[in-house]
Formats: sequence, C-alpha cells, structure tokens
Amino acid sequence: MSLFDYKLSDLQEMLHKKEISVNDLLDEAYNRISEVDGDVKAFITLNEETARARAKELDELRGTPEGRGLLFGMPIGVKDNIVTKGLRTTAASQILDNLTDPLYDATVVQKLDAAEAINVGKLNMDEFAMGSSNENSSYYATRNPWNTDYVPGGSSGGSAAAVAAGEVPFSLGSDTGGSIRQPAAYCGVVGLKPTYGRVSRFGLIAFASSLDQIGPLTRTVEDNAYILETIAGLDKMDSTSADIEVPKYTEALTGDVKGLKIAVPKEYLAEGVSDEVKEAVQKALKVYEDMGATWDEVTLPHSKYALSTYYLLSSSEASANLARFDGVRYGRRSPNAENMLDMFKLSRSEGFGDEVKRRIMLGTFALSSGYYDAYYKKAQQARTLIKKDFDDVLADYDVIIGPTTPTPAFKVGEKTEDPLTMYANDILTIPVNLAGVPGISVPCGFSGEGLPIGLQIIGKHFDEATVYRAAHAYEQATDFHTQKPSLGGAK
Amino acid sequence: MSRISEEQVKHVAHLARLHVSDEEAERFTKQLDDIISFAEQLNELDTEGVEPTTHVQDLKNVMRKDEPKKWITQEDALKNAPETQDGQIRVPSILE
Amino acid sequence: MNFETVIGIEVHVELKTASKIFSPSPNMFGDQPNTNVNPIDLGYPGVLPVLNEEVVNYAMKAAMALNCDIATHTKFDRKNYFYPDNPKAYQISQFDQPIGENGYIDIEVDGKTKRIGITRLHIEEDAGKLTHSDDGYSLVDYNRQGTPLVEIVSEPDIASPEEAYKYLEKLKNIIQYTGVSDCKMEEGSLRADANISIRPIGQEEFGTKTELKNLNSFSFVQKGLEFEEKRQQKVLEAGGEILQETRRFDEATKETILMRVKEGSDDYRYFPEPDLVPLYVSEEWKERVRAEIPELPDARKARYINDLGLPEYDAMVLTNNKELSDFFQETIDAGADVKQASNWMMGEVSAYLNKQQKELADVALTPANLAKVIKLIEDGTISSKIAKKVFAETVENGTEPEQYVKDQGMGQISDEGQLREIITGILDQNQQSIEDYKNGKDRALGFLVGQTMKATKGQANPPMVNKIIVEEMDKR
Repeated sequence: MSLFDYKLSDLQEMLHKKEISVNDLLDEAYNRISEVDGDVKAFITLNEETARARAKELDELRGTPEGRGLLFGMPIGVKDNIVTKGLRTTAASQILDNLTDPLYDATVVQKLDAAEAINVGKLNMDEFAMGSSNENSSYYATRNPWNTDYVPGGSSGGSAAAVAAGEVPFSLGSDTGGSIRQPAAYCGVVGLKPTYGRVSRFGLIAFASSLDQIGPLTRTVEDNAYILETIAGLDKMDSTSADIEVPKYTEALTGDVKGLKIAVPKEYLAEGVSDEVKEAVQKALKVYEDMGATWDEVTLPHSKYALSTYYLLSSSEASANLARFDGVRYGRRSPNAENMLDMFKLSRSEGFGDEVKRRIMLGTFALSSGYYDAYYKKAQQARTLIKKDFDDVLADYDVIIGPTTPTPAFKVGEKTEDPLTMYANDILTIPVNLAGVPGISVPCGFSGEGLPIGLQIIGKHFDEATVYRAAHAYEQATDFHTQKPSLGGAK
Repeated sequence: MSRISEEQVKHVAHLARLHVSDEEAERFTKQLDDIISFAEQLNELDTEGVEPTTHVQDLKNVMRKDEPKKWITQEDALKNAPETQDGQIRVPSILE
Repeated sequence: MNFETVIGIEVHVELKTASKIFSPSPNMFGDQPNTNVNPIDLGYPGVLPVLNEEVVNYAMKAAMALNCDIATHTKFDRKNYFYPDNPKAYQISQFDQPIGENGYIDIEVDGKTKRIGITRLHIEEDAGKLTHSDDGYSLVDYNRQGTPLVEIVSEPDIASPEEAYKYLEKLKNIIQYTGVSDCKMEEGSLRADANISIRPIGQEEFGTKTELKNLNSFSFVQKGLEFEEKRQQKVLEAGGEILQETRRFDEATKETILMRVKEGSDDYRYFPEPDLVPLYVSEEWKERVRAEIPELPDARKARYINDLGLPEYDAMVLTNNKELSDFFQETIDAGADVKQASNWMMGEVSAYLNKQQKELADVALTPANLAKVIKLIEDGTISSKIAKKVFAETVENGTEPEQYVKDQGMGQISDEGQLREIITGILDQNQQSIEDYKNGKDRALGFLVGQTMKATKGQANPPMVNKIIVEEMDKR
C-alpha cells in the first residue's frame, strides 16, 4: 500500500501525530516517480532539492501551532503552465525551454506555500494547454497509467496521470475547454474546474483569458475540496477574480443528496457518445435515485455550437496571449535571426509546435479586418446563447449531470492527423467553460478495455459546494475511486 | 468553396509573426479551411440583437489605488534576456 | 488654383500618476534603464493588468477640461502589433468606447474665436523606449512601458499651420491647468502627430493626407505643416498625386522627409481585453472628478478682465501659461496691487526668464517676495530704481526683500529733517544755481535734485526732495 492511498485528512493526522514525516511523503513521491515516470512521463521538471529542504523545515514544525497549515506537508504537482519562482516553467513549449526562473510565483503557488504544501515538480501538458491528449507536449507525450498505449487526455495530462500513477496524491491543472476534467476522466481521478473567477489566474500562462481556470486533481472528492479551499478567493492581482467568500467546502460533504434536483441534458447522451459511457452514466443516475435524488431530462439547445464557439474565441484570445513570446525579453531567440522581423518570425516558428501555430493563425484570422464580425463577434454572441441555456436549466435544478467525455481514452497517435476529430473530445466539457460554471469529473466506471470513465457534475456559478456534495455522495456509494492502475506493479 | 486561401494563410502568418514554408502553408490552409468551414455552422444561429459575451461574470470597476511599489531589480529584469547591453535588452535592428 | 488646407492633430499626453496604469511600478522619468519595471511591465508569462483608479480620474479630468462628453460605459481593448518596445505584443487601449468624446477647444484666430472639435480622448498604456544604434542593434528600456497616456484626436477643423500651433498651445495650457500632466515635449510627456491634406476650394471630399511624425516642438509642427502644405500644392499643381505616407520633419533642412508609404490600413485586430472588466462611470463619480478641476484658462482670463479690470491683452498673456498665471494669482493673493503685479509679471519677470532661458519653477523668486517688492515701492520705502536691484537679488537668491532693503540701507530717505539738512548743504555750495532758478531757469532745479540724489545714493524720496529744495530756495 502507498502512503498516497490515504486521504489528505488522514495524512495530516499521521503527520501531526508524528507517525510519518513530511520527508517520508517526499520519499514516496520521488521513489514512485523514479519507478514509473519513465513510462508515464508525467513530469517535465522536478523540484526535489527545494522540496527536501522545505520538508526539513516543515518536519521541525510538526505538532506545533505553526505546522497547522491546511495542506501541511502535502506533496503536490503543479502543471507547467503555472509560474513558479526559481523553478523552470515551460508550458511544455520549446519557446520557454530556457525559462529557468520566471521571477515570481503564481498566486495559487503562493497560497499552496502559505498552506504549507510542497511543490514536488512541474507537470507535463499539451504545449500552452492546447490539446486533448498531451501529444502536443514539445518534450514527450504523457501516457495513461491504466494502459500506456493510451493517452492520458489533456491538456492537464501530466496532472491527471501523476495522481493516477501514485506519483503525487494531488496536483493542480488548468481547464480552458475541459483540460482538467477530460484527463481526470481518462485517468480515473477527480478533477474540478471551478467557476470562472473562483481561483486567481495570476501566474497562469494565459491560453484563453476569458475561459482559463486553475483547479485541483485528486484521488478523492474530499481531498479536492481541501485544495480548492486553499487556492480559491479574491486576488487583487487578477481583475476577473471574484470578491465572493470561499466556503469550507469539506463541510458540504454530508453524503446527503436527498431531494437533489438533477438535470440530464439529452444532448449529452446523444449520438457520438459511446454505449459504454452512456451505460455508466445511466447507472450513476440510478445510484442518485437510490440516494433520494431526482432527475429529469432537459435540453441545452445550443450545445452543438459550443465547439465552434470555443475554437474561435479561445484561438482569438490565444493569438494575442501568445504574441508576447517574441524572443526579446526571455525565452527562445532564434540564433538565425539577423534582423528584427526574423527575430520575431524565426524565434516563434522554431519555438512553437504545429497545434499552437494553427490556433494562433485561426485566431489571427478570426480577429482580422473584415472577418471580426463574422467569426469573433458571432462566436461571442453564440456564447451568450450557450450561457443562457445553462442559466435557464440551473434556475430549476441543483446540478447538471452527464458524461465528461464521449468515449474513454483513445490510443496514442490515433487522432493526431485530424485536428477536428481531436477537438471533438471536448464537446461535453467546453460548454461549461463558455458558461463559466463549475464542473467536476469523478470516476464512474470502466470500459471493456479497463479504461476509466468519468461522470461530469456541473453546478451553478460559485456553487462548488453543491457540486462537491453531489460528487462526494456518489463517490461514497461506489468504489471506482479506490481502484488503481497496475502500472509498475501496484503496491 | 474554400474559406481561406493559401495567400491569406501567409498573410495571417505574417501578422502573427510566424514563418511558414510553402509546404506548411499548404498544409495549414487545408486544416484551417476545415476548421473555419466547420465553424460556419454558427451562421445558422440568429444572433440579431444578441449581446456579445466578453466576460462571463458580471464584474465592473475593478481598480487599484495609485500606490507605487518596487518589485524586482534591474538584474532580475534582465536575467532571462537573450542579450543585454548597458542595462538594456539588445535586439537586432529593423534592417540587416 | 486655390487650395484650402485640412489639418487634424493627434496628441499623446502622459499622465503623472504615482504608479503605472496596469502595474504598481513607479511612474518616473529619467531613472536608470529597466529599474522601474516588474514582471507585469515586462510582459512575463502569466501576468495580468489591474487598472490604476487615478488614471481614470486624470483622464476624465482632461476630457472634461476639453469639453468632452464622458462615457457612462467604457472598456479596454487590445491593439495587436509586434515591436520590441511593446512587451505583450499588444497595447491595452480603448477602441470603440473612449472615455471622452465630442469635445472642443476655442482658439483665437485674427481676433476671432474659432472652435476646434475634439473627436475623442482615450486611455492607453505607453510603450518602452527603443534606442537605435549604428551597429545593427537596438536597445530597449522598459521604464516607460505602462506609463498612463491619453490620446486626444482633433476633428479636421484646423485650417492652417498657424492654427495647428495655436491649437497645440491651447491644448497644452488646458491640460497643464488640470494638473494631470507636465506636458513636457522635451521629456516626451506630450507628443504630437499631425496629418494634413489640401483640396481645391469648393471641393467636398478631402484630399489624400500625409502624416507628420516625430515632431519635437510646436514650432516644428507648424514649420513641418507649412512645408508640407507647399509641397502638396506643388505636387498637385504639377499634375501629380499625393500618396498616403508618413513623413518626418528634418529640423536642420526644415523639410519633411518620407518615412514610409502606407499600404492599406494597419490591421491591429482590436478586441475587448478579457483581463480587464468594464467601467461604469456613474454621475456621482463624474461630479466628484469635475469638482476637482481647477479654474481653466478661459474662465480665468474672463475673470481677470471682468473682476480685476485687467486689459484683455494682459489677461491673455497672464493666463496662457499655467505656471505664470498661478504665480500671478499667488502674487495678488499675497496682497500686491493687481496692475503693478501684472506689469511686473509681463515686464521684469518675463524679461528675466527669457534672458536666462528658464522657467519660473527653476528660479528663486516666490510670489510672496514679488508682492513685497511691489509693496515696498507702493509705500515709498524704495524707489522703482532701487526696486530693480531688490528684484535682481530676490530672483537670483530668494532673499527676503524687506530684510534685504534694511540690511543694505536701501530704504528711501523720507525723513524731512534729514533731507532738509542735506539740501541746505547742497544749496550752500551752489549759489549760482539758486540765482539761475530765481531767474527762471528751471533746469537749475533739476540739477539740484540730481545733486541731492547723488548725495543720498539715490535713496532720497524724489517728490520730497523737489518740495524741500523749492521751499529752501524761496527762503533765501
């Protein structure tokens, strides 16, 4: 058995009672990483030296009032698009390969540090979070711990795989169109995308500013709630972060969902969703019924426009957000550049992968003179309609439930040829980002091939508490979350 | 009918300061054309009078006080720069 | 053929807030390169802008002073272009909802008031500074990056280079009155670009315009436009065509030189800045800002004419420069006679500043001391001749005039007994002059006054000297 099979509150108790040390937890993490990360490839950069030094400090504080941070001694992995002072931050791009010190810590990293958590290392991802399989990492593709022939999902593939593989018990990811929930589903872990504005984006390398959110990936719902409680809240450095009090999410985990009103959008169980996935979701609904919740079929009529809307908006914002990588102040500057224009063009062309280039060009096109109204503005209007779908349904229901993804994980290389097919993986997660509401993926079964299936629970703006309550009750009534991949010989 | 020509792709690449070879331009044109053609499904939507959404939350007037604060040193500011000279960042001039 | 000229002017004004527009870095000019920067200014990955409230207040003040309507709903947009001094490769600006619109200022043309429209005033961030060197490299300093700016765009209402000059002078004066900027062209806190076209009189549509950039003073704006006006006329008269191009003014040759021909319009791909939320400007906020705007030049001029009784010319001179005007105001507030203060400001003070090529802020003179000099003349303590010496001292060294006059024994001799004694002595030695005077030679009196002044080193009170000499001679 691994120490990481314990839940966060248990680990804390063991630490406070000095049954284990913080350093023991780091041993568990780094040993497991040595053992399996050659196959999983979840990490880009390890932070062992600093982490060990911090563990030493924290171990001194065990049992003292100072050693009572909410995440005291908890090893955590951080997606590599979250900026860490003094620690290389690449967003899995060659253009930032040499950014060994981005000069500051993201707000979430400061908060983790204040809560006495320890950053184990930086996790692999699709370059600049653009992708659904981690195959767009410029370093190496992370593999699915349940079967390394399969992708872990993306873009937070490293964050999901590291937790699933037992390398770290918790991680942070980011979610722009499903980048936390989709890999959580593929890797059989719990992943939450908070309400837009719940968690500060300061220090998150921007992909699409109006959609990006940082969120936790964990083994259990309760652990997830602890991490969100730590990282959420108003940040004066992020104008879009909300000035709304952060509740104690763990207090919402009552196990009671009697009378919970669930909406099940018919569009989420339509064509394109595999039978295995549909079946798993139906069974989950039955579990809820048994616990005293009720559900109705509803409609989110603009769902089918979400994918187009998302790609136009996110690519447009990305085209501006990624323009700062110009070879001037940091990052890659092409050695072949002899004049200013070449410096820009060559540095960027050599530094970015194809998917990033494609989206930058799509976004540039959608914003360019003569096309803005037809593409960008039209997509912003479509977003209004999509958001209204959610507002209407959530006015009458507590949560929306459906699958996280249409299918379980696919094979490495299976969808790299055609961008559109790859994009279609996110059709069930994207609308949630467009509406800005919170969504979680929790394990709800396995496919015939033994790959995890995720159940998506979507809530009202800033009502993560109800999302967690529903997810936790379901988790307690099932045992999917207790199963572990056999990778490297499960302990 | 194609939505985007190879010429346009090259123009867009220039605007985005990306160097694309002829071979790449051809490939990107095909892929972008597919994506844009797909995205044109939005034309089915009647968006007459629909307000565009830029912000999904209803926030306004988020501002800070006018209080100056130093944060990093000049050394930090130049730390990651590929080339520096006299406390400044050096770049190639506009022309060769 | 007779042509008419159409000029439009864009002015960028840096606002002198304590910190930058979107980051807390100090907003300072002239520091060591790259010392007033932080990861936000440098466009590091993951940073976000947060708006400085004072920038909005300042911009509103400027817009109100220029008679603009203030937007109730406004927002920021990204303007995308690559350049090494533009670290995010987009500039945060305001595209379709500027904070101010539909303003105007009045200028004087041939004794008449002409109204120049202001299309818009919007808020944006300044870029860093790129210095080109000859060795194939350029150097970038980001201290200026993120300095708050307002861009003020005029209507094409300006009909001559001279009007352009007057527009700029007036604009600068108004902005300086509001206190939101120093408007120092030499430090780049005010920068002007002008565009100009000409068309045959009577023609409806505008001619093709050329744009003049890098203009380092208002007189260069005027000279550049004058050159451009003639150049365009020559081209058209020769049957040629004006191209849409950007030109710069060469200060040495006094000519405009082609920088680049514009091909189509630039594609900046503006879109709403997702990292900043919209601004709703309430009436209450507007009124709060409006209440902070000090008296503006036109109002002050009217007051000087109507309430202080100054001639129109004096009132104009005394209000078309904020520093001079405030100094004058403080001098009269310190009790100086209005007309005397005005004469001193327009006479000795201006002459001194011109001669020294200095600004009021750079010299030791204070309004209180100037008021004292004026009072010392008024109450007869010193003569106007002595006053010039006292002024020279206080303007150079800031010396307190009353004390100085006392210490130097410069006080006017108005003691009748003392003067009578001196005069008796002088009369004793100048019997011939008394004779001459009595024989009707008036010049003799002047000679005796002169002798008295000489004996008193110019400190004798002249009217008293006159009176006593006549009395004493009559006695003899």
